[in-house]
Amino acid sequence: MSGLIKNGELFDDPFTDATGSPEIPDGPVIVSLEQWKAHRDALIARGKPLGIKLRSDQSPEAIADDLAHFNVIALEFPKFRDGRAYSYARILRERLGYAKELRAVGEVLLEQLHFMMRCGFDAFVIQDPDPLGAYRKAAADYTVWYQPTGDGRPTAMALRRRKTG
Amino acid sequence: MQQMVIANRLADGAVVFLAAGDRWCTWIGDGRVLDEAEAELALATARRHEAENLVVEPSLIEVTVGDDGVPRPVAIREHIRAFGPTVGDGSTRPQVAGDNR
Amino acid sequence: MYRYDEFDHRLVAERIRQFRRQVQRRLAGELTEDQFKPLRLKNGVYLQLHAYMLRINIPYGTLSSRQLRKFAEIARKYDRGFGHFTTRQNLQFHWIKLEQVPDILEELASVEVTTIQSSGNCVRNITSDQYAGVARDELADPRVYCELLRQYSVLHPEFSYLPRKFKIAVTGSPIDRAAVAVHDIGLRLHKNAAGEIGFEVLVGGGLGRTPHVAHTIRDWIEPENVLAYVESILRVYNIHGRRDNIHKARIKIIVNQMGIDRYRELVEQDYAAGGVKPLLPTDEIERIAAYFAPPDYERLEDIDDELERLAAAEPAFGRWWKNNVAPHKQPGYAIVNVSLKAPGAVPGDITADGMDALADLADRYSFGELRVSHRQNLVLPYVRQRDLHTLWRALADLGLATPNVGLMTDVIACPGLDYCSLANARSLPVARDIGMRFVDADELAAIGPMTINISGCMNACGHHHVGNIGILGVDKRGKEFFQLTLGGSSDKNASLGDRLGPGLAQEDVPDAIRAIVDTYLDLREEGERFLDTYRRVGIEPFKQAVYGSVEEAAA
Repeated sequence: MSGLIKNGELFDDPFTDATGSPEIPDGPVIVSLEQWKAHRDALIARGKPLGIKLRSDQSPEAIADDLAHFNVIALEFPKFRDGRAYSYARILRERLGYAKELRAVGEVLLEQLHFMMRCGFDAFVIQDPDPLGAYRKAAADYTVWYQPTGDGRPTAMALRRRKTG
Repeated sequence: MQQMVIANRLADGAVVFLAAGDRWCTWIGDGRVLDEAEAELALATARRHEAENLVVEPSLIEVTVGDDGVPRPVAIREHIRAFGPTVGDGSTRPQVAGDNR
Repeated sequence: MYRYDEFDHRLVAERIRQFRRQVQRRLAGELTEDQFKPLRLKNGVYLQLHAYMLRINIPYGTLSSRQLRKFAEIARKYDRGFGHFTTRQNLQFHWIKLEQVPDILEELASVEVTTIQSSGNCVRNITSDQYAGVARDELADPRVYCELLRQYSVLHPEFSYLPRKFKIAVTGSPIDRAAVAVHDIGLRLHKNAAGEIGFEVLVGGGLGRTPHVAHTIRDWIEPENVLAYVESILRVYNIHGRRDNIHKARIKIIVNQMGIDRYRELVEQDYAAGGVKPLLPTDEIERIAAYFAPPDYERLEDIDDELERLAAAEPAFGRWWKNNVAPHKQPGYAIVNVSLKAPGAVPGDITADGMDALADLADRYSFGELRVSHRQNLVLPYVRQRDLHTLWRALADLGLATPNVGLMTDVIACPGLDYCSLANARSLPVARDIGMRFVDADELAAIGPMTINISGCMNACGHHHVGNIGILGVDKRGKEFFQLTLGGSSDKNASLGDRLGPGLAQEDVPDAIRAIVDTYLDLREEGERFLDTYRRVGIEPFKQAVYGSVEEAAA
């Protein structure tokens, strides 16, 4: 069973994945980079919530100037071993200032959720009999880490300094 | 050609051979030597055991049976898996007999 | 050395708890082997020929006696009574059961040892100079930065799924005992023109199937920014590194494919761009540096004259002192190399009893500290010169005083086909045979410094490319053959060995080594090491000696 977890809650996905469709359906859709390039003006003119899904070989720099048009950016992990989207997520959040939904799709394993969260993902499509339960367990895996990322949470170094005052 | 099915046991990593009754043993002498007709069926059984999380990476290996009745793998790699490393003090040889699953 | 605080302990405990859960899920079939494999690799668990192998990090090769005793306990309780030191300052156990690994990890954690990221496509153990903190030629102790890099790289959320493994080495000395030129990132502490200490950053070195010497990507960077710069190198690699072919996935491939100038451009762009940076405040550097403060040295004088007299009176001691003991920056002290290469020994192996005995010696003679060298030997870094003779006797009783460190029987060998599922040929019997063929201590001393490195396959874990003599095991139609290379070196002028000729059968290798050594002895000039003579005369005389004729060698 697959479920969309967003901000720690299970949601019905309001978006339709149109990346494989020859025709783009009505309502909120997620399109591919190719579809975006081909139908950019028409998609903007629709006035409906829009999302884009990038493959792991597509850097977010390609949409750097268009971020304002998207309510959702989905980054694909075609195989869980393919770790490029972790970097793309950080670039989107920390460098390009993207602040809306950043969704992890594809082969998203529980053991990766913590890393994905720290890199800036806030939504996950999870395959599990109990997606929300699995998410909650995995999200609590770690309470301390060494490296700073854009999530602003304190690192071990920061916690040490707080202790010593 | 004579063959046997070899694998590693999932839980402890031990080298195991498919034996009679579709069980697994650590001493090659207790394993089943297969002729060509039996080999594919035995491998299919082993693959089922892999799907049941009992063993990992089962494969067929060619063996020759010596005068002492103990099969010996033809490939040096499998020979080492069956009889242990060729250096050291001998404390790393597999157990002789027993230990069937 | 570094001591964990509550945060370090908590992170390790959470990691072990997560792995215990992953093992349970695997055994219950909730994770397939394909899904589980990268997870267990990230905890250093390999499935090898005979059993699971557990690789334990010894960060920058620094070990306490307490930790060594725990290794002995684990060897007895969970393994077959011995352990194996590797070329990356790690320890391996070769007879481990998966279901016991979480318990072993907890035992290791109790002495502040982990297996986190000792394998997998992530940043591996940060390695360094085994003489760090005590070498006379050292500019600054590299272990401070190794520890900062270690913490930085452990469970890094962005870089846990790199295209391939990533190895970083740091040296604080112009004599590079850490081989930074053959690492994915090499960091070399040195002073810039203004006299400030900082890092030369090298990138794209490595051995394996396609060996490369690293390029300099930055001549000098200040210490506060080194983590941020490393992050940019990693990010460009994570994004651009090849993921289509496992043999083309290391950073050296992409650096050479796009050229160092282009790679540098991308790194500098990322480094200059916005985002959260892992900056190193000076007080944090100082806080970590405090852990590596020198021990409570006594104020002593050098007693080299006394030792010379002892050496003359007792030649066996003299040979050991001249060869296995290195000069120390603190007057009256010495660095003792403990050779794990007795004739007939398996390189890098030590029994549980040996570990306990050595831990006792470390407590008595070395402030409870040891180091692991890349040559699969151990080091006692803080020995008083006046204790050397007593220590030598004790080591000799344990079989750990063979006076061959840095000499030709100080062989480096990977575990090879006796243990490793990747290997094509057995490296350990070759190492053993060489060790048993050249036993005369005086002859070894006369031959002088020489490195022999043996790898059982092209993955080159024995670092054969940078051996003065490199030996590579290959499989030819089901039989083991060994290809020799000459002239490799991992020092400042790093060089990769040249192929000598067609593969030799295992039984012919010791004769070939003999022929090579004899040729060197014939041709050498005053003061030349083997490597020097080779660089001067070239490969032809050696080809002749081993193959009898140049035509045969060209076949």
